[in-house]
Amino acid sequence: MSRRRKVAIWLLVLGALHGVVLCAGFFAPYDPVEQDRKSPYLPPMRLHFVDMRGQFHLRPFVYVLQLRPASFDQYVEDTTRPRPLKFFTFGDRYRLLGFLPSRLHFFGAGDERIYLLGTDAFGRDQLSRLLFGGQVSLLAGLLGAGFTLLIGWCIGAAAGYYGGWRDDLLMRVAELFLALPWLYLLFAIRAFLPLTVNPLQAFFLIVAVIAAVGWARPARLVRGIVLSAKERDFVRAARGFGASHLYLLRRHILPETSSVLLTQAAILIPQYVLAEMTLSFLGLGVPEPVPSWGNLLSNLQQYSVLVSYWWMYLPALIMVPFFLGYLGLASALQERAEAYKIQRRSFGSLA
Amino acid sequence: MMRYLLRRLAHAFLLVIGVSILAFLFTTLAPGNYFDEMRLNPQIAPETLVALRTQYQLNRPLPVRYASWVNSVLHGEMGFSFAYNTSVAPLLLLRAKNTLILTVTATLLAWAIALPLGVWSAERLGQFPDRLISWSTAALLVVPDLALALGLLVLALRTGWFPTGGMASVDFESLSSLNKIRDLALHMALPVATLVLSALPLLVRHVRAAVADVLDAPFLLAAEGHGIPRRTLLFRYALPAANPLVSLFGFSIGALLSGSLLVEVVMSWPGLGPFLLEAILARDIYVVIGGVLFSTIFLVAGNFLADMLLYWVDPRIRSASTPG
Repeated sequence: MSRRRKVAIWLLVLGALHGVVLCAGFFAPYDPVEQDRKSPYLPPMRLHFVDMRGQFHLRPFVYVLQLRPASFDQYVEDTTRPRPLKFFTFGDRYRLLGFLPSRLHFFGAGDERIYLLGTDAFGRDQLSRLLFGGQVSLLAGLLGAGFTLLIGWCIGAAAGYYGGWRDDLLMRVAELFLALPWLYLLFAIRAFLPLTVNPLQAFFLIVAVIAAVGWARPARLVRGIVLSAKERDFVRAARGFGASHLYLLRRHILPETSSVLLTQAAILIPQYVLAEMTLSFLGLGVPEPVPSWGNLLSNLQQYSVLVSYWWMYLPALIMVPFFLGYLGLASALQERAEAYKIQRRSFGSLA
Repeated sequence: MMRYLLRRLAHAFLLVIGVSILAFLFTTLAPGNYFDEMRLNPQIAPETLVALRTQYQLNRPLPVRYASWVNSVLHGEMGFSFAYNTSVAPLLLLRAKNTLILTVTATLLAWAIALPLGVWSAERLGQFPDRLISWSTAALLVVPDLALALGLLVLALRTGWFPTGGMASVDFESLSSLNKIRDLALHMALPVATLVLSALPLLVRHVRAAVADVLDAPFLLAAEGHGIPRRTLLFRYALPAANPLVSLFGFSIGALLSGSLLVEVVMSWPGLGPFLLEAILARDIYVVIGGVLFSTIFLVAGNFLADMLLYWVDPRIRSASTPG
């Protein structure tokens, strides 16, 4: 029970994290590509609860930033001009979940602008870009992992079930894919695909590339399970009763692979999100102006940006809570699978 | 011994051939080639482009191109770089050496740290040191290596403790040989630290699991009964018996090679990473194929080394593979 609860808790955490990104339009105060040319590289505004007179406000506020005298990129807070946050306000248009038109935002400042994570070179709100960028990166990771598992599952099941030369051939190819360091493989596949594409094409290209890279490991795992499952007594019995290959696979053999697939998914998804980040960071992925976690970081390749504008580094840390969630989920799933195996083994010895 | 070695060598050789064929297959899927950019240029006649393509055999069928590429590999050229207008091998060798310096150092360092930590953790299973180590590895595990590389770079740029970018100072040539080594070490500190920190958590966890598995074995109880000191017991008896570690060694080389690709680009280390990226953007296919092949060879060589190591440390395998 407690193991199941552990899995549930991690799922809940991940669900909340993904939910925020999924509803990026609502949580982000601005449109991710809207530019504010008057305030490039504005540092993050600090949230205040206590004003200059020491009075506490329940409603958080920020101070307007102004240039420090005789400087061109140093900002100081103008304590005479507080700007309170407004919650559930109306602002930029967006489509919730991609189809519900809405103007409602979680917070904003009316006609004024506030930048809680600062702005980039074009004065675009980093917080909004981070949230919308998550949609691209997480979707790429999820879709990529989904396709990888599907490919690996089919190939592993085919190799394990049919055996013989098919098994040999498929597993040799899998070894080839395992033999290459994954980033080199990613590069190699990306190298032979078109470079200048629009963001949507680039997105699907990336999903295809990262899906093609990692199928070998799940395929090997699935194959191992299918190999042992097809010799189990109840499978033999079903075969003896004249069950078809398809029925055997669907009804008796493939259900055995579910826990491995789930664990693999929890391991692969964050890896693939990172793969998308890496590709976009290097300029091989989703291009500007569409934000993704990778290309938010790509201008950090210039040392000057990295040194002068520290808040541009913040998107690099966004993966930490997601990694944590998936790591917890993976280990909880693994624990559960382990316990299940032990339980079944002792049950088998009783019978 | 010879037979075991030869079998592994043949296996490795086939693997490299397989990868090269795979890489060539991908090139046929590729739309466009190096000369496509020129098509937009009105100063270059279409006939010139056709001639160029013919000259570099880009219009020949795949098997023919593969055969001529293999031929050039045998001559030590590995194809032709369109961008550099010279054969690929010398270009790649130069960069591969730099990548190798980085990766080998990082691999050795990561293992040198991971082994004692993992063994210590396994010996004190569930106690304070073990918990401390598992918490810190978990903390490292959730930081993506891209964030780690950029973070260390910020640190270096802010403090000025380490030089950033490149692998040598401007006045490198004029330094004495001792100072040269010192200079190289300083330049390597940052990329190697990134690689080690990103590889460490998985290594420590696996060492811990593998050693903890072995610690229950009867032969260790017997050895303990003979009064063999604890340290010898752990490092001389338990560690070599922790078999899965050797295959992890091969895996760690692959992970570190991938990691170094990214780290090299971020920290502008003149290795295969930036070179390969540039080649991809220029569609210089033979350089890409060569780079991928080099990485495969590194990895296969690492695995081969691991096999030898396993053969050397584990008497069970030695006796199993000797005939009779």
